[in-house]
Amino acid sequence: MWKIRLAALVILLVGAGIGWWVYSSQASASRPFKLGLDLSGGTQLVYRADLSAIVGSDVADSMASLRDTIERRVNLFGVSEPIVQTQRGGTLAGETEERLIVELPGVTDTQKAIELIGETPVLEFRLLKGDTFPSQISTSTVNKLFYPAVITGKHLKSAQLQFNQGIGGVPNEPVVVLTFNSDGKKIFADLTKENVGRYFGMFLDGVAISVPVIREAIPDGTAVISGNFTPEDAKELARNLNYGALPVPIELISTQTVAGTLGAEAVQSGLAAGLWGVLAVILFMLFWYRLPGAIASVALLLYIALVLGLFLLIPVTLTAAGIAAFILSVGMAVDANILIFERTKEELAAGKSTKDAIHDGFARAWLSIRDSNISSIITAVVLFWFGTSLIKGFALVFGLGVLVSMLTAITVSRTFLFALGIEAKGNLGRFLFGSGTKI
Amino acid sequence: MFIVQHRNIFFAITGAIVLVSLVSLFAFGLRPGIDFTGGTLVQFSYEGGRPPATELTELLGDAGFTGYSLREAGEKGYILRAGNMSEAQRAALPQTLSGSGEHPATIEQLSEVGPTIGKELRNKALIALALVLLCILLFIAFAFRKVSKPVSSWMYGLIALVALLHDVVVPVGFYAALGHFLGAQVDTLFVTAILTILGFSVHDTIVVFDRVRENLRVNQERNRKEDFAETAGRSLGQTFVRSVNTSLTVLFTLLVLYFIGPASTRDFALTLLVGITAGTYSSIFLATPLLVTVERWRRKK
Repeated sequence: MWKIRLAALVILLVGAGIGWWVYSSQASASRPFKLGLDLSGGTQLVYRADLSAIVGSDVADSMASLRDTIERRVNLFGVSEPIVQTQRGGTLAGETEERLIVELPGVTDTQKAIELIGETPVLEFRLLKGDTFPSQISTSTVNKLFYPAVITGKHLKSAQLQFNQGIGGVPNEPVVVLTFNSDGKKIFADLTKENVGRYFGMFLDGVAISVPVIREAIPDGTAVISGNFTPEDAKELARNLNYGALPVPIELISTQTVAGTLGAEAVQSGLAAGLWGVLAVILFMLFWYRLPGAIASVALLLYIALVLGLFLLIPVTLTAAGIAAFILSVGMAVDANILIFERTKEELAAGKSTKDAIHDGFARAWLSIRDSNISSIITAVVLFWFGTSLIKGFALVFGLGVLVSMLTAITVSRTFLFALGIEAKGNLGRFLFGSGTKI
Repeated sequence: MFIVQHRNIFFAITGAIVLVSLVSLFAFGLRPGIDFTGGTLVQFSYEGGRPPATELTELLGDAGFTGYSLREAGEKGYILRAGNMSEAQRAALPQTLSGSGEHPATIEQLSEVGPTIGKELRNKALIALALVLLCILLFIAFAFRKVSKPVSSWMYGLIALVALLHDVVVPVGFYAALGHFLGAQVDTLFVTAILTILGFSVHDTIVVFDRVRENLRVNQERNRKEDFAETAGRSLGQTFVRSVNTSLTVLFTLLVLYFIGPASTRDFALTLLVGITAGTYSSIFLATPLLVTVERWRRKK
């Protein structure tokens, strides 16, 4: 008996400790809950990467480089904790699409966010097919006329504004001098060595800026872009290239902006709903199941401490849907207890001793609990796969809730029930183990 | 057990509920939101009181918006739903909505979904739905694999599936009416609600079926002859209270979520409320009575 009482005490202390840790980390704001953009306010942009000019094996590489470049650029503008990630989407008909997801907390001006990213230029060097200079290059003929890009923004080390020396040493035309990194240097050297006499195009954002002929091999890893720039244009181009030139063109396909005020309201009402929801469930359990109901309520509080602790540790990004899932899970967490207590009551009615009845109640309800929770877990897993980031938040909280509640509702409440050691005998005992409106 | 005895009455009631839901679904149809069609959703408000909709209609027309819908939201705002904006339209949006500064507007929420993403989500939603149904059917058939007399194990799965279809049809029909009268649109949260209903509603059905399984085994062990209808009815009576109570606790939290929770999950909470109520109803008044009817058919053959 003292063993189980010790176990109950340990569980209670651990639960209280976790609860205290969650509370104090919020009170001192040392480790706040991670809030999704719909709660914290901010902007999410989804881009499609156009990889038509990239050869198969370079796709992953280009996407990584794309992510790094955008991340650099976003950081440059002082957005706090931005998230830049790549994702492969598809219409399931075999067609896949490489996407870039940019999340900018605190940025609530969609247009500003788009401009912030949109100013990053796409740089490509592409070799001309054939030897004759095309009379006209338009965006529709580019892919026909040129080979896929060999050098892109990811090969760039730096860009610099210079003035070409004109006749008699008079500076006239502003140009941008590109310096490649070691990879780019090698590729450019090989390209120029093997293709002397042919043309290659320098493209910025898909537009041919200049299409010079290769006169000789260039081993030092520099190239000059000259395209009738004004000094201001050239300066801006050099600056933008330095911030990062994109390895592939990107196209905006979806945006999502939520103002901070709206998010703050959602957090407030979500919190209120959570508190009242817990209270409603506890009152019901106390009213209907009395002593076991009180124990289920303690287990429920433990469940809440544990789940919130996990949210902080993993960490789980909370969205409005996630909060809804948590509130829903509070209602479902006591379901296992209800099954167990109803079963225990039956066993008591069949004339078993209190201890045996509790024991059998737990053992026999287990199959139903297991089976019904598996179906919830199936849903959570499918939802996680289905979901956009909002729904993933729901699925994660929901799945986590089901798993943790199985632990608290079964192990924890059983330990407590045995530790108390109250017999369902006499008027008081029978009352405590009774249920419903019967006294 | 009166529910099993008078099961035909309850079948008729269930049939009527399903019929009403289906009529609502086909008469009103579901209104797909921008998550699935692609397009733009803007929620905006005016600190100093909103201008009349006619004025906004003019402003939006000038900016080249066509085929949009404008709905009042809250005390001071509107919700605008439109097709995909051009870059110029997006850039000028704050200007457009504030009438070039005449009514300073605050954009509270702006979502744009490209058509390809919409199509992808639509496909994914359908697959997710099918996948959950299939997994649950397989799971129930597996869980009841040892029970094969007098009703075979896959029959339990099939009946649970019929009950599940009922649990889905009712909230979907309800949502179609909600869309017709209050403009609710089908978004990813709605699909989430339906999938959650699928996962949860089957709980109650499993609890009853579990008890039928147990009672059949006990009868066999004790060599007791009992009519199947009797066993099923007894099982239903034994699990009735817990079926209702497990749903009640969830309904409590959903009610709280609906009334004081975030505005963005209000429709979600309402859909779940309807679905979970339907789920509890079907596990008591549809699933077990159906089990008995199926067993009768088999004996007649």
